[in-house]
Amino acid sequence: MVKKEMIAMLLAGGQGSRLGVLTSKVAKPAVSFGSKYRIIDFPLSNCINSGVDTVGVLTQYQPLRLNTHIGIGIPWDLDRNIGGVTVLPPYEKSANSEWYTGTANAIYQNIDYMETFNPDYVLILSGDHIYKMDYEVMLDFHKQNGAEVTIAVMPVPMEEAKRFGIMITDENRRITDFEEKPANPRSNLASMGIYIFNWKTLKEALLANSEQPGLDFGKHLIPYCHKKGAPLYAYEFNGYWKDVGTLHSFWEANMELIDIVPEFNLYEEYWKIYTKSEILPPQYLSADSVVEKSIIGEGCEICGQVYNSVIGCGVTVGAGTVIRDSIVMNQTQIGENCELYKAVVAENVEIQDNVKLGVGDPVPNETDPNIYDHELVTVGEKSVIPKGVSVGKNSVVFGVTTHDDYPDAYLPSGKTLIKAGDKS
Amino acid sequence: MRAIGIILAGGNNHRIRQLTQKRAVCAMPIAGSYRSIDFALSNMSNSHINKVAVLTQYNAGSLNEHLSSSKWWDFGRKQGGLFVETPAVTAESNAWYRGTADAIAQNLSFLKNSHEPYVVIVSGDCVYKMDYNKLLEYHIEKKADITVVCKDLSPNANVERYGTLKMNEDSRIEEFEEKPVVAKSNTISCGIYVVRRRMLIEMIEKCREEDRYDFVKDILIRYKNQKRIFGYKLKDYWSNIATVEDYFRTNMDFLKPEIRDYFFKQYPDVYSKVDDLPPAKYNVGAKIKNSLISSGCIVNGTVEDSVIFKETYIGSNCYIKNSIILNDVYIGDNTHIENCIVESRGTIRANSYHKGEEGIEIVVEHNDRYSL
Repeated sequence: MVKKEMIAMLLAGGQGSRLGVLTSKVAKPAVSFGSKYRIIDFPLSNCINSGVDTVGVLTQYQPLRLNTHIGIGIPWDLDRNIGGVTVLPPYEKSANSEWYTGTANAIYQNIDYMETFNPDYVLILSGDHIYKMDYEVMLDFHKQNGAEVTIAVMPVPMEEAKRFGIMITDENRRITDFEEKPANPRSNLASMGIYIFNWKTLKEALLANSEQPGLDFGKHLIPYCHKKGAPLYAYEFNGYWKDVGTLHSFWEANMELIDIVPEFNLYEEYWKIYTKSEILPPQYLSADSVVEKSIIGEGCEICGQVYNSVIGCGVTVGAGTVIRDSIVMNQTQIGENCELYKAVVAENVEIQDNVKLGVGDPVPNETDPNIYDHELVTVGEKSVIPKGVSVGKNSVVFGVTTHDDYPDAYLPSGKTLIKAGDKS
Repeated sequence: MRAIGIILAGGNNHRIRQLTQKRAVCAMPIAGSYRSIDFALSNMSNSHINKVAVLTQYNAGSLNEHLSSSKWWDFGRKQGGLFVETPAVTAESNAWYRGTADAIAQNLSFLKNSHEPYVVIVSGDCVYKMDYNKLLEYHIEKKADITVVCKDLSPNANVERYGTLKMNEDSRIEEFEEKPVVAKSNTISCGIYVVRRRMLIEMIEKCREEDRYDFVKDILIRYKNQKRIFGYKLKDYWSNIATVEDYFRTNMDFLKPEIRDYFFKQYPDVYSKVDDLPPAKYNVGAKIKNSLISSGCIVNGTVEDSVIFKETYIGSNCYIKNSIILNDVYIGDNTHIENCIVESRGTIRANSYHKGEEGIEIVVEHNDRYSL
């Protein structure tokens, strides 16, 4: 008989629209992070490091990159005879076929998958957070308290609490009440979107609420369980945890990796983060290169200067180019004598010679001022930026652009230049 | 699937000095991220030779660890696969591999239980890329019994540790000398051969009856006139790493852009075991000039004209020049290393000074490591 004590369900279907053009062709969990990783590597590595070897990954939005990245799970040792990783896209049914309409609805549509493993507990994860966490310790906490649902929470500064779902607990960490984005928070314990359910409780709650449109964990399922009187507990987590949901927080989290001893340390031997490594060779730094306070992935050829930056795998940086405070993702080619300042450059971009990114005074972005801010210049994947042009701050470039797109060879600050893909 | 492969990986070589105290030559780390045997294995895999035996003997520990899973070279297949064979006591034999022919003789069942018509035999201590199918086609076209891959070295190269050969205008090998004192030719054998499987079985069985153990001496040279033995000239990069000087030079070759382009950028790729290391990290004070740096390294000092292997820590104010630092070395602050090969997993105390004055110095230091 197949039996797994705990299986994980990883929600990876979201678009993550606040990352702008970075997610116009890929789901947010597949966006590259910290040079060689992708965001989903963190929860997947946490699973295997915690001894959870059965993971269902729920995909929906732009799944191609995610599917090829996960494959059969070899990088995370999740290629198993029984269990392992399974990608679960929405599927057609004989009646009432629908997309995943909400987080809990996605889980509801995969009850059969979970049932196969005869689990005692189901761990619900989301694929868009950067953290290291031992889910086994959380499970122990769950068992000790006789909880039916355990919600991982972390203390946040009181003034920020109004951005989160807040849990109010008694002295034993039993949840007495909760509030979604409260104006006047009564506690500072923010939900991290990580839940452990007793399988029976989860299944009953999903079936009971199956008709609810847009069935969501925070909005419907947790309140339902609470109303029924099921013991809900809050598991406090005090390690590094970062929601990289906005362009600025994404950039910031990348930049934190280059501190002398970063708070989030990738160099620890005993909680490795695994990823699919497509490029193996070492990186080459030429006689004229200068690299300081940066992390750089495999197979790069650096002939220019790189300061305070995170560079992915297989990137080339031409002679005379200066990169500061920037993120450059895999396989991007940067020509000679370029200047990049606070740029976020996605994968497979071609930046030709003498291009300047991040010049001039900042002006709020004309189309999406809430996405492209903090002086960042964002370049979408497979874009081409022609020779000699300059691009201002809070601007975005996406697609194969030519000199005609840059009057006076200049794209001023705050401009949006999108020539391919869906406007975000 | 016209051929099966045999990789000879058992050898030791005193010319590579202390570096093989802990590993076989074929497990020597190459170019930052690879090991010597990766090149032969990747060539096999890229040539669609799906059934490969690796014959190991000397100090096979770290080689076996490297080969612990065959999936990195795509050999985890139902058809074929990777077979790592060390000497074993059997009903027929209780000896070590007494030579290359004996190693094959002791694994004759691998040949007998296959159905592919040809066998490609290669040594695991060479750095090169090669499509063995082209070699097979040549072998068939020449109606050869054995084809030997060879390479012209420069006229002033020292060939005394190789087999040298001379071919006639039809490329048939007329002379073959093993490790000549005075060489008559600068064409050397690369240690890559194609033979028809049945003929190989026949010749190996004959050798065994006569207590002969060496593939070159007892087969190639002995049968030179009876069998049709042809040479196949290799034009591309090829380097044997079995001496300290060649090992050093081969690694340093990867600092040249054309060599990196050939091995790293051009099809097909070279595969290796994936180590799941974080990206390399450069802190304030790092100064890197013309060097290869591998994943997992943390650099605080100066590195010039060097190859730094994986997971190396280089302290502040260090100066490393024209050196090779093997995997997982910790180098304390203010250390000077020049013209050296630093053995893997070493820990070098702060303020050390190592300089190879005449040639390359091999540094083996195992001090206590203080955690960061």
